[in-house]
Amino acid sequence: MVRVTFTPNLQRHVTCPPASVSGESIGEVLAEVFSSNERARGYVLDDQGGLRKHMIVFVNGRAIRDRVKLSDAVPDGAEVYVMQALSGG
Amino acid sequence: MSDRLFVATRKGLFRLERSRGSGGRWGIAQADFLGVQVPMVLPDRRDGHVYAAVGHGHFGSKFHRSKDGGKTWEECAVPAYPPKPEGVEDSKCPARGIVIPWNLELIWGLAAGGADEAGALWCGTLPGGLFRSDDRASSWRLVQSLWDEPMRRDWFGGGMDYPGIHSICVDPRDSRHVTVGISCGGVWVTRDRGETWKVQAQGMFAEFMPPERRFEQNIQDPHCLVQCPANPEVMWVQHHNGAFRSTDGAKSWHEISTVKPSTFGFAVAVHPTNADVAWYVPAIKDEVRIPVDGKVVVARTRDGGKSFDVLRDGLPQDHAYDLTFRHALDVDLSGDRLAFGSTTGSVWTSDNQGDSWNSVSDHLPPVFCVRFA
Repeated sequence: MVRVTFTPNLQRHVTCPPASVSGESIGEVLAEVFSSNERARGYVLDDQGGLRKHMIVFVNGRAIRDRVKLSDAVPDGAEVYVMQALSGG
Repeated sequence: MSDRLFVATRKGLFRLERSRGSGGRWGIAQADFLGVQVPMVLPDRRDGHVYAAVGHGHFGSKFHRSKDGGKTWEECAVPAYPPKPEGVEDSKCPARGIVIPWNLELIWGLAAGGADEAGALWCGTLPGGLFRSDDRASSWRLVQSLWDEPMRRDWFGGGMDYPGIHSICVDPRDSRHVTVGISCGGVWVTRDRGETWKVQAQGMFAEFMPPERRFEQNIQDPHCLVQCPANPEVMWVQHHNGAFRSTDGAKSWHEISTVKPSTFGFAVAVHPTNADVAWYVPAIKDEVRIPVDGKVVVARTRDGGKSFDVLRDGLPQDHAYDLTFRHALDVDLSGDRLAFGSTTGSVWTSDNQGDSWNSVSDHLPPVFCVRFA
């Protein structure tokens, strides 16, 4: 299982409690989270399913590299954090 | 006259109400989405619903709906671009060379459908997609015909990175007849509710292009396009290179060179029943973009653009650097009451077609859009 935690700033707009899900890639992991929280999907992913430009996802402390297809591997037991990138104002 | 005004800003949406009776004053009745960009708001006069586009810096654009005149809000569906088909080649902005994304970048235009189309909405976006809802924004579909139009590949961003649809005019005589303004993509018209389209910007000219492409219709930059509800054949445009008017339903356009004190600006409004009456908010063009001589003024014509009055009573005339964006000027259904907002967070109203103005606030966030309910 993988533990997924969302930035608290997202909670203001859409409820996103921490979730324990399964999946071998970050795309599979997020898909499982959003399958039971459809509204949250659009806050994290863009229209084509890629990671939004100003969002960042960490797997065990490292930012994912494939922001388009979300193919980065996620080992069992990993900690995933969905955060805002430091940008904007 | 309308006593309710929505002001959409860089940091939230404000509902302004005017107290009843003589000497009534405008005040801020409610603030929503504080800290978040609200590029567009639409009070739908057909059923009292209000729609607000919200742009989260990190989390993307969202769409909200109010069924009680703006008191409470619920998130509803946001226009989304369909999956990009395999094998479709990316198109690039001809001006910047950057790839035009298949993603919603900004909601930039919003209009109610016709009186005979309950719940229908049109939504213009960056990077150039037009969307339609038939269920009060519970769902949206991309108007595929315009998105697939080969000439779209020649559109480019003006002040923005990508081209965008900012003005949508639904003909009150025929809801299937819709005219849209695109920066920079000219004026496009459908007569079959979006099945087919034709560019109709003949007569506009673009000084930002080389001479051989100056009159090309598909690259014009109409900053704002409005249509007279009582005389829909008459349309007014504030273009990057001046003011234009059509009296034949956008079949042809002619320049209005009499706007004072300058012909550059973003916003234009037309009187609801007298097509000869229109208002502009002029500024110095291109790299400067401040009011002429630091004086905020509104230019009004009452003779179809033959001449303009420069209206300044009640507006700041000393070191004022307020700029008015394309959606930040509105006139109510009476044709007497106007409002406009500025990048400096000022909002002014007038009850006499602009002869005199009253300040509602001097310190709101930068104003993107004002709309009377």
